[in-house]
Parts: sequence; C-alpha cells; structure tokens
Amino acid sequence: MKPIQGIGRGDRRRRLKNVLALGSLHLIALIAVAPLFFIFSYVIYRGVPNLNFDFFTQLPKPAGEVGGGMANAIGGSLVLVGVASLFGIPWGIAAGIYLSEYKLGFTTKALRFVTDLLTSVPSIVIGIFAYAVVVAPLKAYSALAGSFALFIIMIPIVARTTEEILKLMPQHVREAGLALGLPRWKVILRIVLPGCLSGLTTGVMLAIARISGETAPLLFTAFSNDFGFRGLTQPVASLPVQIYNYASSNDELWRAKAWTGALVLVMIVFLVNLLTRIIMKSQSSRS
Amino acid sequence: MSIVELAGVPPPPQILRAENLSAYFDKFQAVKSISLGIPQNEVQALIGPSGCGKSTFIRTLNRLHEEIPGAWVDGAVYLENDNIYLRGTNAVDVRRKIGMVFQKPNPFPSLSIYDNVVAGLRLAGIRRKSLLDEVVEKSLHQAALWVEVKDKLKKAGTSLSGGQQQRLCIARALAVSPRILLMDEPTSALDPISTAKIEELVVNLRKDLTIIIVTHNMQQAARISSQTAFFLMGELVENGPTKKIFTKPKDPRTEQYITGRFG
Amino acid sequence: MTQSVIEGTQISSVELKIRPARVKDTHVQDRIFWMILRFISWSMIAIMAAIFILLLKLSFTSLAKFGFGFFSGTDWNPPLDIFGALPFIYGTVLSSLLAILVAAPVSIGVALFLTQLAPKPLRTTVAFLVEMLAAIPSVVYGLWGVFILVPFMQTFVQPKLIHFLGPGSTFAALAAKLLTALVYPFILIFQVFRLNFDGWSLEQTSQMMMHFSNQIFAGPAYGVGLLTASLILAIMITPTISSISREVFASVPSQEREAALALGATRWEMIRLSVIASCKSGILGAVILGLGRALGETMAVTMVIGNRNEIKPAILAPAQSMASVIANEYNEASGLHLSSLVGIGLSLLVISLLVNSIARFTIWRVERVKK
Repeated sequence: MKPIQGIGRGDRRRRLKNVLALGSLHLIALIAVAPLFFIFSYVIYRGVPNLNFDFFTQLPKPAGEVGGGMANAIGGSLVLVGVASLFGIPWGIAAGIYLSEYKLGFTTKALRFVTDLLTSVPSIVIGIFAYAVVVAPLKAYSALAGSFALFIIMIPIVARTTEEILKLMPQHVREAGLALGLPRWKVILRIVLPGCLSGLTTGVMLAIARISGETAPLLFTAFSNDFGFRGLTQPVASLPVQIYNYASSNDELWRAKAWTGALVLVMIVFLVNLLTRIIMKSQSSRS
Repeated sequence: MSIVELAGVPPPPQILRAENLSAYFDKFQAVKSISLGIPQNEVQALIGPSGCGKSTFIRTLNRLHEEIPGAWVDGAVYLENDNIYLRGTNAVDVRRKIGMVFQKPNPFPSLSIYDNVVAGLRLAGIRRKSLLDEVVEKSLHQAALWVEVKDKLKKAGTSLSGGQQQRLCIARALAVSPRILLMDEPTSALDPISTAKIEELVVNLRKDLTIIIVTHNMQQAARISSQTAFFLMGELVENGPTKKIFTKPKDPRTEQYITGRFG
Repeated sequence: MTQSVIEGTQISSVELKIRPARVKDTHVQDRIFWMILRFISWSMIAIMAAIFILLLKLSFTSLAKFGFGFFSGTDWNPPLDIFGALPFIYGTVLSSLLAILVAAPVSIGVALFLTQLAPKPLRTTVAFLVEMLAAIPSVVYGLWGVFILVPFMQTFVQPKLIHFLGPGSTFAALAAKLLTALVYPFILIFQVFRLNFDGWSLEQTSQMMMHFSNQIFAGPAYGVGLLTASLILAIMITPTISSISREVFASVPSQEREAALALGATRWEMIRLSVIASCKSGILGAVILGLGRALGETMAVTMVIGNRNEIKPAILAPAQSMASVIANEYNEASGLHLSSLVGIGLSLLVISLLVNSIARFTIWRVERVKK
C-alpha cells in the first residue's frame, strides 16, 4: 500500500513554497518579539545595580557625587498620576456611560469618533495645550499643569474602554432592572456598573499605567524639581522626565540611575499588564 | 430480496470505505468506530438528528476534520485501495481527489465567477487559458449554472443569488475532477426552487462521480439517494438501499427517526 | 369569585395611586443624570476645539509673519528670528514612512502567525509579548536606543550600509539610472512649457541623480540619525498594526478558509486565497493607523534622531522631527521662537488627525461590510 500521490503539476514546488512561507512566518514572529527581550534584559542588567532602598527614599545628589536617589521623581509621579486619575477616572467613566447607554444615532457616532481622535493626538501637543491653559496664565511651571495634561490624555482612553466593557453586558440585564421600576440612572450605577467591575478596573489600570509612562507632556508643564513635591503650583519632577534628563546628561552616575528609573517604570507597567490579564482570565473562567 | 439481487448481479464496487473510523474533539468522541462502504457512481445519503456526528464523519473523509485545533482521527479510510490516513500521505493530495461543498455558499469573495471556478486548477499550476476555458464551461454545465452566467463570467462571485452561489461552489469543486464529491447539507440554506435545481444536478452527476450527501431532510434523501446511512449519537445505526431504509428499516431506532418520533 | 375581583380592583387602584408620583420623580432624576453625562461627553468635543483654538492663538504671530513660507522654508535660525519648518516636516514624514516600510511586513506576518498558525498556548504567549511591546514607555525605548541601538548601528550596521549601498556602490549606480529614467521625462515636459530647467541635457540629469543617489547611504556613521529613529519607530508601531490586523484576519469565517483547503490548497495557499485576499482594506487601515502613531511619537525619536535641523537625502544623517524639535527647544523659547514651535505643534496636530481619521474610516468601512 503506497501513500496517495499528488497529481498536480509542480506539486513539489508548491510543497516547498508552503514550507518556506510558513517557516518565514515563524521567523517573523520571532523577529517581532525579539526587541522585547533585548530591551527587558538590558534594563534589568543596567538598572539592578542601583536598585536599592536609597533609590526610592533619597533625593538626587548633584552631578558627579555618588549616592542619592530618585525620591523626588517617584513622589512627583505619584502626585501627578494621582491627581490626574482623581478627576480623569470619573470623567472618563461618565463619558463612557453616555456613549454606551444613550443611543442618539448620528450624535453618538460623532462623539465616539471625536473621542477616538482625541486618543490619537500626539502627547506633546497635549503638553502645549496644557501649557496654554495652565502655565501661561500662571506664568510658572506647576504640578497642576502636569496633572492637567495627564488628565486630558486619560479621559478619552478611559471613556472608550468603559464603553467597550459596558457594551458587553447583555441588554436583558438592563431591561430586568427597568422592569423592576428602577430609574435609568439607578440601573446603570447600581446594576450595570457593578456587574462590569473587573472589566472597568482593568481598563482604568491600563490607563493609569499608560499615563505613568508619559514624558513629552510633562516637559514644559510640570518641568522638574530636585526637591520633590512642594505644592500644586510648583514644578515637580516625574520619573519619565527624570529618566530623560539623566539619560541626556554627561554624568556617568546619572546615566546609570536613568537605567534604574527605567527599570522601575517598566516593572510597574509589566505588573499592571500581568494583573489585568489575571483579572480578565478569572472573570472569564467564572462566567 | 429484489430481482436484481436474486439474479446474482454483483453490487457496485465500493470506491470509499471507512473502517473503524472514530473522530475526536480533544477527549470527546464524536464519531464512534464507523465502518461504511460507499458504492461507486451512486448517491449516498447520511441522515440523522442534529449532533449525531454525520457532519463530523463526512469531514473525516477529506481530512478536513483534523484542521480544527484539538481534533483527531482514529481508524482508516480507503479510497479504492489506499488508506488516506496512511503515514506520509499529504492531506492536500487527498483533498484534490475528494471535493467538498459546504452548507453556506462560500465563493471566494475577491474573485470573479471565472476565477472562482478555476481556483483549484490554478493552484495546481494549470494556467493554459484554452484548457481553463474548457473546464469552466464543462463545470458550469455540470453545475447547471452555465446558461445563467455565461455572459458575465468576469463578474464577482458574490454578485450571484444564494442558490447560484452554491451552484458556483459546486462547479468550483467539480473543476478539479474529484472522484468523490462530499456535500454537507448543501441546500439547507437555500430556497425550495434552488434546492430542486441542485437535487436535479446531483442526480445527473452520478455518471461522472460518486456523491456523499449529508442532509437533515429525509424527503431529500429519499428523492435523490440510492443508499442511505442513519447516524445516531456518533454511531452508524443502519446503512442500506434507500427504499429499504425508508419502508422497512431493520433497526427500531431508524424507524423511530423516520416516522418523526424524534429528531 | 366576586370577592377576589373586588379585592383585585381595590389593590390595583391603590397601586395606581402610588405609581404616577414615582414616575414623575424618577423622570426628573433621569433627566438630571442624562444632562450631566451629556455635558461630560460633549466636553470631548470642547477639548478638541479648545486644543485647536489655543494652538492657533499661540502660533498666530509666527504664521502671520511667515505665511506659507513657514512650511516651505528650510532655514530654522532662532537667533536671527528666521523660522522655516520644512526640515522637521521632512524628518517626521520620512522617519514615519521608513518605519512603516519595516514594520508593516513584520506586523502583518505576526498577525498571520497568531491567527493561522500558532497553537493556542503559543498564541496567548506571543500575543502577550507583542502587547507588552506596546506598553513600554517611549522614554525607555529612547534610553535603550541611545545606549544600545545607536552604538550597535554605529559599529556594525552603518559601516556595512555605507560600504555596500553608499557612494560608488552598484546600488547607487542602479538607483541613479532608475531616478534618471523617472525624472527626465518631467524635465522634458518642463522644458517644453518653458517653465524651468532650460538647457538641461540627459547627461546633466544623470549626473545630478548620481550625485543624489550617492548620498542616500553616505556616511559618516554617526549611529544616531533618521534610519535609527525609523527602526525604533518600527518596533513601537508593530503592536498597533498587528493588533488591528489580527482582528481582521480572525473575522474571516472558517468556512471560507475550509473552502480553499477542500480544493486541495496548501496551508500557505489557503492563507493567500481566503485570508489575505479578503482582508486587504483592513490591512491598509491597520498600516495607516500605525503611520498615525509614528507621526506623533516624541521621546524615543528625540533621543536617537541626532537633532540636526537640516534636510539631507542621506538617511544615515542626523535629522529632526516636528515632535523632537518642540521637545528640545520649547523650554528655552520665547516670543517668535515659541510661536513658531507652537505652529509646528499645530501642523503636527493637523497631519496626525488627518491620517488617523483616514485610518479609522477605512477600518470602519471594513467592519460595515463584514456585517
């Protein structure tokens, strides 16, 4: 008994082409993810030496001096992201609810389109906008300006993810709530939102991770500060800006600290992404 | 016993024979050790309630079942005397000899009617226009579609009606001259008139090839097939001449299905 | 019977008394809720408009002074108050286009790999890794770029490029011939209409093109430059193009793919016939979206592009993009300088919004057809 032979002309050539093409796709996938390993390994390799308690608690020393840390930048980032999220999360969720729950035909489509466009505005342009709104009138850099810039970046992202999550909730849940005689707003806030909590949390967490890494909009809004948070109307350092400043400097010690800062940033982002994946997986296995 | 059987006329040769064929989705056994012989140049119908494994079974016959992640097959299927599951056999070669038409018409959306019909040939490396033109006309005739589309061969395949698209898919499958044509509920998504046209062309195709058709419509099986197999819960309950199955089935389960007691 | 009917009527009338009042209450509550939400949502449009208006206001002085010359001027000289933005437009556009050239095949390949080839566990892992690429902050890409990629380019890659494709190479000669063939007909047309290029011979054009193509891969090997920036951009936009492409490929119904297989197609032939052929617009939308993302990228580009405000045909030479010049010069700028930088920001905004709108429109059309 022999195996069935092909009967088409150039069958061997087709088989070869098939193997080559599929093999190339494997190779391309490898090429695509390779940079991730390069970047991760270098960030860990260069960043770990300086990763110590001092890094998180000490203020920076002047150029050339050993020691010191990035406490000012880490604290500053916490403040900037915190203030931005305080206003950005509710604002974004509210917009997301409106887009998902109230269907007005063309207006909703237009709003959705503008929200999408807003997410793709280059972040340095948002920085200029925040400069025009906060820095120019106050004639000074400030944490407020930086938070404002991050806030503007955050809203459309949170709005779109909220809308997507809310859309996943089946309509009959809302109808059940309405059928009980509850007003629309109670149905949304008390029934629909809590039902999507895990999805909403992941969306918010991803937005927070995103703005934690933003540098460009802070360059001329929050600017920088060697002493940490001094008040909302004062400039403040942030982790990404500090990394940029140190990396562009001529000081070897500063450059080394830049890697450590990058390590901290990458770890935060990586952990947030991992966490969101775990939450989403447990959610889907439950349902 | 019919007069033919009494006269000792040998039954038609079996062109396809499944031997202890089982099909699995991961751990779930959807098709349980089926042994079935398909007579040459006849129409074989596979009937049974939904979920009974007839669609899964027919997909093992052209090695399409294993394309689903996690799906695998145990047993053998002999095309004449060659086991299509023999180690070293390329599934691609098997599918050139055993063609398939699906439930929902699925012409290639980016191709014209002409290009749809010759898609299989072009892949095999056949490019000569005169030959392709010949095959297009012949296949479209066999699929009872030639008259309706002969003036618009360059139009998109998707510009036809549902019934026409399905006949286009039949023409496309016929163009590569398969020995056997598998049809998985080909008319269940079509209107009665298109269904009738396709049933008519299936009967006419018998002289050129063997047809295995899965159908949930018993009347259809009774109309066009000469042999019918009844599937239930992954098992082959009974297989025999269509007239026999529908008038004097051997198994009580077959009788219950036919009289509409379930399914 | 009668008893319950009477009871029934009594109960319902009691209920009727309560309900109308409740309905009015909740109606008001709902309206307030709706108005708050509507205000917040329309703030999106307000923000978008405000961005435009404020940027226009801040850049007005500069745009009014230079007019169209702002976009066509090649001189950027702050001390002399001369501001021409063309070098930055050139830097942004060229780096983004080169990035797309590299990223598109890789991203589409990854998307095909994930949707057609990879078994489930591999798919989740690789998909996760690609998404992690998107999550890395731009400044970290820049850091890695400056200290790892740039020396690598300078020591290994660029010298080879200069040697094999630079001045005097066969590539340069072939490119010159191709360019001459493309450009000379236009020069002839210009000559016929007496617009320009009087007296230019084929010989002259050929020499011109040779001079030009010699420069494309000319040294010195700085390490930083347009090419390096494009490479980093390519890595950064791969997740964007790949995720949209994945969605598009995954939406091809399995029966269409099975139809190709049933004809005896090999797996690669099936991918070409059923997947790629029917997803062309979706892929295009994904690539344009990647372009949009590349145009606005700031930090990574600033750190590796070399920060030279010049236009040169050499892609190994340092350059400057619109975003990077703003990042570099904004803090020290004032007056006309600042106004010009904001003008560049405005141009960047307009270009970016245009490209993104086209991308989303293309993708939206694909989604509509699929339904």
